[in-house]
Amino acid sequence: MTAFLGMPAHAPRGVGHLRGEEPFPAAARRALNDAQLRRNLGKATSTIRAKRAAVVGELPDWEELRAAGRAIKADAMRNLDRYLLQLEAAVTERGGIVHWARDANEANAIVTSLVQAAGATEVVKVKSLATDEIGLNDALAAGGIAAYETDLAELIVQLGHDRPSHILVPAIHRNRAEIREIFLREMSDVDPGLTDDPAALAEAARRHLRRKFLSATVGISGVNFAVAETGTLCVLESEGNGRMCLTLPQTLITVMGIEKVIPTWADLGVFMQLLPRSSTGERMNPYTSMWTGVTAGDGPQAFHLVLLDNGRTAALADPVGREALHCIRCSACLNVCPVYERTGGHAYGSVYPGPIGAVLSPQLTGIQDNASLPYASSLCGACYDACPVKINIPSLLVHLRARHVEESGASVEALTMAAASWVMSSPRRFGRAQRAGRIYRPLGRRGGGLPPPLAAWTRSRDAPVPPARTFREWWRDEHGETP
Amino acid sequence: MRIALFATCLADTLFPEVAKATVAVLERLGHQVDFPAEQTCCGQMHVNTGYQRQALPLIRRYVETFEPHEVIVAPSGSCVGSIVHQHAMVARRQGDLELASRAEAVAARTHELSQLLIDVLGVEDVGAYYPHRVAYHPTCHSLRLLQVGDRPLRLLRAVAGLDLVPLADAEVCCGFGGTFAVKNADVSTAMLADKMGNVLGTGAEVCTAGDSSCLMHIGGGLSRLRTGVRTVHLAEILAST
Repeated sequence: MTAFLGMPAHAPRGVGHLRGEEPFPAAARRALNDAQLRRNLGKATSTIRAKRAAVVGELPDWEELRAAGRAIKADAMRNLDRYLLQLEAAVTERGGIVHWARDANEANAIVTSLVQAAGATEVVKVKSLATDEIGLNDALAAGGIAAYETDLAELIVQLGHDRPSHILVPAIHRNRAEIREIFLREMSDVDPGLTDDPAALAEAARRHLRRKFLSATVGISGVNFAVAETGTLCVLESEGNGRMCLTLPQTLITVMGIEKVIPTWADLGVFMQLLPRSSTGERMNPYTSMWTGVTAGDGPQAFHLVLLDNGRTAALADPVGREALHCIRCSACLNVCPVYERTGGHAYGSVYPGPIGAVLSPQLTGIQDNASLPYASSLCGACYDACPVKINIPSLLVHLRARHVEESGASVEALTMAAASWVMSSPRRFGRAQRAGRIYRPLGRRGGGLPPPLAAWTRSRDAPVPPARTFREWWRDEHGETP
Repeated sequence: MRIALFATCLADTLFPEVAKATVAVLERLGHQVDFPAEQTCCGQMHVNTGYQRQALPLIRRYVETFEPHEVIVAPSGSCVGSIVHQHAMVARRQGDLELASRAEAVAARTHELSQLLIDVLGVEDVGAYYPHRVAYHPTCHSLRLLQVGDRPLRLLRAVAGLDLVPLADAEVCCGFGGTFAVKNADVSTAMLADKMGNVLGTGAEVCTAGDSSCLMHIGGGLSRLRTGVRTVHLAEILAST
C-alpha cells in the first residue's frame, strides 16, 4: 500500500473520454454550423421535455421527493468512506469480489485481466457511462477482447465509429435515416431492404445482438445505484438488453463510480420515482434489474464489482463542488439546456456533456484540462429547476469559474477585470469613465463595430449608443446635488 | 415611503431612461425617491466571470452605500438576483464574514421593481397608458433566481391601452448571459436568433423585460436585422402616460 500524500489525484490524461480536443467555443461553432444536428437535437429534446413536464406534474410531492433525493445523496457523500466499506462487506458476504481502482488505467487493467482469466475474447456490455469514461472498450481491444455494446443507441454509436452525445440517449444526434445508413453499412447480417421504420430498425438490431447474447460468457455493466446495507446493485433500462447481459453470461463485471452508493434499501424508493420521470419522462422504466452477489444455479456464477475513483475523491475535496457527485445521470439538465440544445453533446468533449458535464468533467480532470466548460452556460438556471436531486448547477458553474481564475496566472482579461473593479469601486472614477466612454458616441452608429473583445458582440448585435447624459448627471442637474 | 434607487451601472451609463422611468413611476405613486450618489455597480459581472476577489470592493461599496436605507429598488432582476444570492456568498468565500452578514441584511431590503410594486407597495395598476402591442420576455434571473412569477405580467395587464401578446418559449434564455455573450458569441447568437424569431412571430411592436442587459442583447439583434421591433424596459412602459 502506498502512503497517501497531498491532494487526491485527478483522472489521468491519455486514457478515457473526459477531455475534448478543443475548447468549447470552437467545438460549439462547428456544431452550430450543422443544420441536421440542430434539427435532430431540437426535435428530440423538445419531445423529452414535454414528456418529463407531464409526468413530473402528476406528482403532488415532487418537491419533497427532490429534497429527499438531495438529502440522501448529501449523506452518502458525507459518509462515503463508511458506505463503501459497508458495500464491500455486503457484496463479499454474498459471494461477489470487490476491486478498488484509483483511476481509469487501474480499472481498465482489472477488467481486462478478469476477462482474460475467464478465457473470453468477446464481452457483451450494458450501456454504461463509467466504462465510456475510462475508455474500457479501447483497453479491452488492446487486450485482444472485442466488446459489443447492446444498448440500441450505444450500438448505433459503436457501429457508426462515433462518440455518445447524450447521457441517456447517446445517439440523440442521429435521426432514423442516418441510423438506417449505419446499419446497412456496418451490420454484415442485415436485410438489404431495411427501411427507416423504427420497428424495422429495432428488429435489425435485435437479430444482430441475439447471437452475441447467446454466445458471450462475460457481461460488463455499469450501475445506477448500489445499496450499502444489502450489497445490492441496480440497473434501470428500457430495452431488456441490459437484463440479458446481466443474467445470461457466466461472469458479470460491474464498473461503478464510487459516488453511486446509497445507504439503504429504502432510499431506492425515492430514486425509483425521481429517475424515470426525469430521464425518459416515464412513470416507471420498463426494466429494473437488481442483484446481490451470486446466486447458485441462477444467473452469473462469478460477480466482480470494480469501484472507480478517477477524480471523484478530488471532487469530494471541494466542499462546494462536491455537489456535482450527487448526479444520478438522468439527463434532465441536458434536455432543458438552451446551450446543449443548440450545440449537442460532442462540443463538451467529455462523456458527461451538458450542464452537469460542465461542472463534473472539470472537477474529475482538474479545471485546467477542461477550462472552457464552466463558461459554457448563460447561467439561465433551467438545469437547477429540472434537477431531480436539486444540484445548484449555476452556482457550481460560478464557483468553478472562480477556482479557474484563482488557479490561472495573469491575462488580458484579468487585467481588464482588475481595472474595471478599480474604476467601479469609486463613484468619482466611475463618473469619469462614463464621461470618457461618451467620446465613442459618434462611432456608435447602428451597425458599427466595437474593438475586441467586444467585436464578438457587434458581429451579430448592434451596440447601444451612449446617451448624452448619464442618469447620475441627469439626477444632479435635476436635484442640484454634487456627487 | 422613502425608497432608495439603485440605478445599476448599466442603466446609469447606457440606459438612463430606465432609471428615470423608475423614479417617475414611484413618484407618481406618491413616494420619495433617493439616489445615493456613492453607488456604482453590484459586481455581478465580476462574480459570474470568476473574479470574486475583484468583486469584493464593489460588493462592499453597495453594502456601505445602501446600508442606511430602509427600502431599496433596482430596475433589474439580474442585479437584484446577484445582490440577494451572491453578495454574502462571495464575502464569505473571500473570508469577510462581517461584510457577509451586513450584505445579507441589505439584500433583504433590496427589491426588484415588480416585486417592490406588488409585494411592498401593494399596487398592480400604476396608472400607465401605453397603446402598443407588447410581448413580455421573462428574464432568467428574475424568473428563476428571484421568482418574480407573474408580477410583471400583472403590472402590464393593468396598463391602459396595452395589448399583451403571448410569447412562444418565453421562458427560454435569450442567450445574453453577461460575458457569455462574448466568450461564447456563436452559441449566444444562436439562442438570440430563436428568441427573435419568437418575438417577431407575435407581431408585437415592442418586446419588454425587467432587465436592461437582456434587452440590450435582444434589442441589438432586432436592430441589426432592421426588424422595426423595439425593446422597451418594463419601467418605461409603467412610467408612460
